[in-house]
This record gives sequence, C-alpha cells and structure tokens, in this order.
Amino acid sequence: MHLKIDELKTDVGLIKNIELSIGRIIEEAWAEPMGPTPFPSLTALREWDMKLLQRYKPFYMPFCDLCCLCTFGKCDLTGNKRGACGIDMAGQQSRIVLLACCIGAATHIGHARHLVEHLIEKFGRRHPIDIGGLNVKVEAPITRLVCGVKPETLGELEEVLDYTETQLTHLLSVTHTGQEGSNIDFESKVFQAGMVDQVGMEVADIAQIATYGFPKADPEAPLVDLGFGTINVEKPVILCIGHNVVPSVGIIEYMKENGFDGEIEVCGLCCTAHDITRYYNRGKIVGPISWQLRFIRSGVPDVIVLDEQCIRIDALYEAQKIKAPVIVASEKNCMGLPNRTNDSADAIVEDLVSGKIPGALILDPEKVGEVAVKVALKVTPLRKKFKVIPEVEEVIQRAKECKQCNDCRRACPQDLNIPEAMKAAGQGTLTKLVDLYDLCVGCGRCEHACPVSLPIHSFIVKAGEKKMKEETYKVRAGRGAIQDVEIRNVGSPIVLGEIPGVIAVVGCANYPKGGAEVSEICREFANRRYIVVTSGCAAMTAGMYKDEEGKTPYEAYTGEFAAGCLVNVGSCVANSHIAGAAIKIANIFAKRNLRANYEEIADYILNRVGAVGVAWGAYSQKAASIASGCWRLGVPVVVGPHGTKYRRMLLGRADHEENWYVYDARTGEKVYVGPTPEHLFYAAETKEEATVMIAKLCMRPNDTIKGRAIKLTHYIDLHKRLFGTMPEDIHLFVRTVGDIPITMKDEIVKILEEKKWKETVIPDPTLLPRLIRKMKE
Amino acid sequence: MATAEPWQTAEIPGPRKALVITKPEVAVAMVKRAKRPILIVGHKAAEVELEDKKLIDYMIELARKANISVVATAHMISEFLKRGYQPAGWMPAVDIGNRLADSEWKGLDGNGPYDLALFVGLPYYMEWTILSGLKHFAPNLKTITLDNVYQPNASWSFPNISIKDWMENLKVITEKVGGE
Repeated sequence: MHLKIDELKTDVGLIKNIELSIGRIIEEAWAEPMGPTPFPSLTALREWDMKLLQRYKPFYMPFCDLCCLCTFGKCDLTGNKRGACGIDMAGQQSRIVLLACCIGAATHIGHARHLVEHLIEKFGRRHPIDIGGLNVKVEAPITRLVCGVKPETLGELEEVLDYTETQLTHLLSVTHTGQEGSNIDFESKVFQAGMVDQVGMEVADIAQIATYGFPKADPEAPLVDLGFGTINVEKPVILCIGHNVVPSVGIIEYMKENGFDGEIEVCGLCCTAHDITRYYNRGKIVGPISWQLRFIRSGVPDVIVLDEQCIRIDALYEAQKIKAPVIVASEKNCMGLPNRTNDSADAIVEDLVSGKIPGALILDPEKVGEVAVKVALKVTPLRKKFKVIPEVEEVIQRAKECKQCNDCRRACPQDLNIPEAMKAAGQGTLTKLVDLYDLCVGCGRCEHACPVSLPIHSFIVKAGEKKMKEETYKVRAGRGAIQDVEIRNVGSPIVLGEIPGVIAVVGCANYPKGGAEVSEICREFANRRYIVVTSGCAAMTAGMYKDEEGKTPYEAYTGEFAAGCLVNVGSCVANSHIAGAAIKIANIFAKRNLRANYEEIADYILNRVGAVGVAWGAYSQKAASIASGCWRLGVPVVVGPHGTKYRRMLLGRADHEENWYVYDARTGEKVYVGPTPEHLFYAAETKEEATVMIAKLCMRPNDTIKGRAIKLTHYIDLHKRLFGTMPEDIHLFVRTVGDIPITMKDEIVKILEEKKWKETVIPDPTLLPRLIRKMKE
Repeated sequence: MATAEPWQTAEIPGPRKALVITKPEVAVAMVKRAKRPILIVGHKAAEVELEDKKLIDYMIELARKANISVVATAHMISEFLKRGYQPAGWMPAVDIGNRLADSEWKGLDGNGPYDLALFVGLPYYMEWTILSGLKHFAPNLKTITLDNVYQPNASWSFPNISIKDWMENLKVITEKVGGE
C-alpha cells in the first residue's frame, strides 16, 4: 500500500508532503503449517543435494578443454589441470552447467515476469488464479512447495517472482571467476537453478491459464490441427514463432473484433503455437522448432511475428528472401529493427507493405495485432506466396555442382550422408534426398559449409515436399494442470507400482534419427498402460505419426491422466504441471505436507513415484534447467545421444552396493533397495536403449510386490525384445520371491540362484533420518 | 597424407589432440602391448557395411583373435548374440565411460583396471564426448578409436579416411593382432 498526502490538517497541526508505504497485508487463510524451507536460500537444500550427488556422481565430459571467461585465459584445463584462477576441469564443467541452467531459468522467469506484468495491467492484481475450478484446489504445487505461499491472485505471483529473480542473480554471480570452487557445490546450485526455474514456469503458465481462457485441466481439451498440410495456403497466413503468446493474442483479438476471423490463418512454430491453440482452437501448429526454415522458405507465411526464445536468429534474413514482412514483439529479441511502437499502425503497415522496412519492432501487443492483420491482408496479393524452394529441375542441375567435399556432412549435427544424396540428385534421382527429409533437424549448417553455396536444406525440402504437404495431424491442445481427482485416482496405483510409471516426453527437436522415435516411445509406453505426458516440441512431434488406422496418437489415446493415456500439458512452461503432478501425488494422495517442505516431498518422489523425464531431442539451455529441476525433485531424466554435450551425466553405480541403502522409516534400519532409480541424468545412444532404461528407471524402493512384478515384467519384456536376451541385473531388483513375474518364474529363479541372491525386506523408504518414526535401539 | 581434423568440423577440443595412426600396425602394437584391453562397440557397428561384412563382424574377429573383452553398448548385445558371440558385458555407453574414468573400478571380471580402451561404432559426437571424459579424468587409460574418422579426444586415432582404407586397415589389424 502506498499513501501520499500533500497536505493534512489535524488537531495537532498541519502536515505536508507525507508519503507512507506499507508492505503487503497477508491474510493468513492457509491452515497448513509452514515447513522448514520457505523461500529457500542457495544453501537451504544443500544437504539434500549432497545425498543425491553422493549416489549420482557427476561424470564430466568436457565439450571444450579451455576456459576463456577471463583475461588470464585462455586456460588449458586438460587432464584436470588448474587454470589461472585455480579452478580445475571438474569445477569448470559444473560451472558451465550452472551457467547454462541460469540462462534457461532466466528465460522462463523473464517470460513469467513479462506475462504477469502484462496480465496485471489487463486484468488487475486481484484477478483470481483459477486453473481448473473445483477440480484443481492445489493450483500452484511447486510454488507452495518451494516458497511456502499459496498465491490466489495475479498480484500475489509478483512476490514469488521476486524470489526467483533474487535467487537467479545470486546463482549467476556464483559463476564469476573466483566464486564457487567445488564442483559438487556448483552442482548443488545447478539444482537450485532448476528448482527456481520450475517455480518460474509454473507462475507463467498459471497466469496465462487463469486469464486467457486456456483449457483448465481439461482431459478433453480440443483436438487441434497440426502440420504443414493443415494450413490453408489460399488465405493470408500469419506465422508466429517463439514462446510468449501475448502478441499472438493481440493478433487473434484484432482479427475477431474486426471480422477477419476465418479469413486469415494464424499458425505457429514452437511453443507459441501450443499457446495459440490453447487460446484459439482455429489456430494451427505448423510443427516443432526444426520446421522454421522449411516453412519460411516454402513462401506460405505472409507475415512473420517473432516473440521470444528458440527463434532462428536468421528468421529476418530468411523472411526477406520470401518478401514476408517481420514484426518483432519482444524487448528481448529486437533483431536490429527500428522501434515503431509509438507510430500509428497505418504508418507502420504502409512501410512494411511497401518494403520500405523489412520489419519493425512493436512493443505493444494490440498494435502488433492490428499491424500484422492489416499487413497480411495487403501484402498477400502482392507477394503471391513467393518462395525460395527450387523446382526439381533446378535441384538436379545444381546438384551437379557438388564437389563431394563432405563439408556439409561434417557440419551436419546428425552426420547425414548428404554428399551421397547430392550425387544421386545430380544423376536425376531424388529418393536419397527424400530420405533425408525425415531425419533433417533443419539447422541449415550444411548450406553455410558448402563451398559452392548450394541451398542444401532447400533441396531436401523440395525432395520432401510431397511428404510435407501431407503433414495433417491432430494434437490435443495443451490442457494445463492435472486435476486433483485424477491424482487421487492414480496416486495409489502409481505409488504402489501397479501403474508402472509416469513418462514425460518433453523438450526440443534435435533428434538423432528423426522424430518418429519420439512418437514410437510414446506409443510403446501408452500401450503398456504407463501414464504418458508430453509438452513442447516433443508433444508436436509425438503427434506427427499415424497408426495403421490413420489415427494420430492423440486420437488413439485418452487425454485423461490415467493408465494408457497421452496427455499434452502444453508449452515449455506447462512442464511445471508434470512436476506439479508428482508433487501432488505426495500431497493429495499421501497427505504429506506441501508447504515449504521440499526435502520431504523430493524424498517421497525419489523413493515412491516412478516418474521419468525423456527429452530425446534436448538442445537448449532451457532444457538443461528443466532437467535440473527434475533431478532435485528425485525424477530421473533420459536424453538422447546429443545430451552428452551438456557436459556431464549424473550416474549411479549399480555395482556399488553401499550406494543403494535407504532408511526404513518404521525401524531406522538401513535396507538395501537396489539401484532404484539407477541414474538421475543419463544419455542413451539409441531409442532401443532408452526404451529399456526408461522402464528400468521407473522402479522405486517403495514398489509393492505386485507393483514390482509389473515393472519387472515390462523391463524384462522390453529387454528381451530389444536386446535379444535377459537383463543381467534382475537380481538387483528382486527383493522377495513375490516380486518375480509369475510367467517368468522358473527362468528368473535360476538366475537368482546363480547370482547368489538373498531375500530382503521392502522398507518404508527414506533418505532423511528425521523421518524415521522409531529409531533403532 | 590424410589430415587429422575432427570429422565434425567444429568439434575442436583444445591443445591435446589424439596422435594420428598412420598405419594399422600401430594399433596392432598398442593392442599387443596392452595388459588389460577392452573393446567398446557402439550401435553403428551393426549398420556400417564394409563390402560383404559389417563392422561388427570385424570386431568379433578382432576380439576373438586378440582375446579382448567386449562391451556392447546400446542394443548391440542382440547383434553379437545373433552372431554367436557372447561379449563380456553390455551397458550404456555413458556407463562404461563412467566406469573407465573410475580408477578404482576392477573391470567386468574384477581382475583389475583396464589400460587400453578401444572404441568403435558410437555416434561421432557421443564418442567424442565420452573420450573427452576419459582424456581428462582417466589418466592411466589409453584410448584408441577404430572408426574411420578422427577423434581428437582419443589417445590414438586414425585420421578421416575412406571406407576402402578403413576396411583395409581393419583387415590388417584382425590379421596381425593374433600373432606373436
């Protein structure tokens, strides 16, 4: 509250120029007692982190042997040598991981801050945070858990963001030369960055759900169009790229208010696309991040609107090639364009349509809406879908110029055999280029490497044009949170192990062998009655492959958070609902206190909730911070082979028996529980390896006999199918004879005998001595 | 002479780079000199065709003749078993990398740490990163890659060579590695 009085006459006298500020008045209506770590500082959860890092030790794989961050450098840290500041290689790698996670967390938190400020301006500080009506009473589980507050209005989210920004500033400062020195303490701070990132993501998504009419925890959120082929190219097309939906909302609202709804196609790439379809079910998703170049070069978009995050830096350059005007709508991404925010919409429209300027920075979302729509209507007949994808004849002719130097292949992240495809193309056969279309991640590095400047990516796109135009799929619009009632229904079978696991397939599109593998992983586990959840680009990719009946996975599987589902929660920031669901299992099902009780809830999840994150194409710093939020919460994350470039794994050692003891909370006894879960952060080489590991990582110490038998059945079955043999480590996961899947009993008993297996007990597992109810005498 | 540049142009690690193997006999000598060698075979070994054989077939021959323990990564165990060869173990590539970086690890058979690790058939960038981990954190381990691309983080690597030269090299290695 802020009170300013210029002049006040009272009995006492005349008071002039008085200003009074009072902090926020908090009505304490939340009966839950405050837990031990409200708004945790950098070290508040350090002990928990050390427990995790003791078991899951970092394996560093430096991506660069040097440090070049200060003027003493470059310092050669090869072989764990120390640099001029005294840092060693392990410290440097963990420092870079922290830096990456700070970048990722800052991106989400900055996004959240912008959204909250904008939405408060539009809807007021008192606008209630309703993200699921009576179905979602625990509406901000991460914020409750971390901060110990229960935000009920938009205004109350500001305090939460204040906390995350403060932490982020401290964390970033830790990476300065001469601050932290221990790699393990850097790693603990990586976890802190991931944790505040989760808070930031949650704030962003609940703010936009509460105000924009997105689906509210709706299992039957509408099926929306996905794919290049769903875009009506006869209409003016506005393409939005990025992650922040505010400018897109401006476009949609202007369109609706001025009678253009249905006249113009509004589509998106990357997470903005998800949020467009959550706002407007006629909006369309072109595809994941890797579709940017191919869609722009196709000439289909007439106006391109860029907001923030994961946008190709050359989007403006590419847009100019197809004569499509660009609007940049975020202070974070101005692209060198003139700031026209204060000019009249018509003046900006004229300059963009005439080509006087290639693009404009407009920091007013309503004005973005007006300008984008007006420009689209005027420029479409002029540019006539001008494209830069060559015709087949040109591809064949120009492919003859290829020198077979291999530079394209050596620049390709996937090591695709482009020279071979170019050779065949030069001889008039495009089939090998067509094959590359499915595998190409659309980075365009091949073109920049080519010594004769062949537009290789465009050749691939031309070859794959038929496939591209046939990309017509459905994806369920991001539903947001998981309902409390859904948690009640599945909490018991998850914790007891009867639903074998919760698999979250999330993240970016740097896929090692194309997107089909993502869809196959989703189907594999949904068919096995796991709970499968998706978000971000992975959610789109999962939807881009049809079954024999022509159904996309979102049509084939239920959107209810239940066994055998495929649930799209939404954009990157909606990832928070996945972590939120794990937290709510501990809270709603197990009735553990949530409020500022991080350590206990993470201990619960690690030991009882068989959840695994899968980011098969993770590329970004945001993906790094999202993963680190999962680690601290006790959720293992599997990445694809490119994930080794994150520089370190957090790997358990199944062969170190001493690492796998927990306390039995009933007695205080230490009990061996096997490597459950074996790793916290792990990169798989192939989809097959990942699939087997995902099933294995779902095992938890608390599984009941029936639950463990079910989980073992899936692990063994997948191992036999994909690896052609029985797993070598079954004896580590069988605690009692009852755990053995009945159909494999003879075979497994024989193995157990060979391994000299001994029966053990199933504890009430915890890593926290304070949770032991009766200490051992 | 082939130049020793990383196969992925930009993946330049730092000052210490793999010594270039100019003749297959160098690899043979390294294997013969090793007391405890181990061969790590990635999934591409079952994909790469070298005329009438696959890369994995050369590796089985090599392992048999030189009596080297084999670790199959990814889902490669099935490919070995299909060919009637039982590797010493199978585990994810990052797991074997992590174990090799542990100087206390006694190996798959418990008989002590390995002194030479041969890598083949992993995705280029994944082999690059795992070899980097070993370059920095496994000072007592020598590494060789038997792929046809230069891996700067190995102790020893062939340069970027053609499939034909690669095949010739593998023939020489498998031929000579078993003899005294």
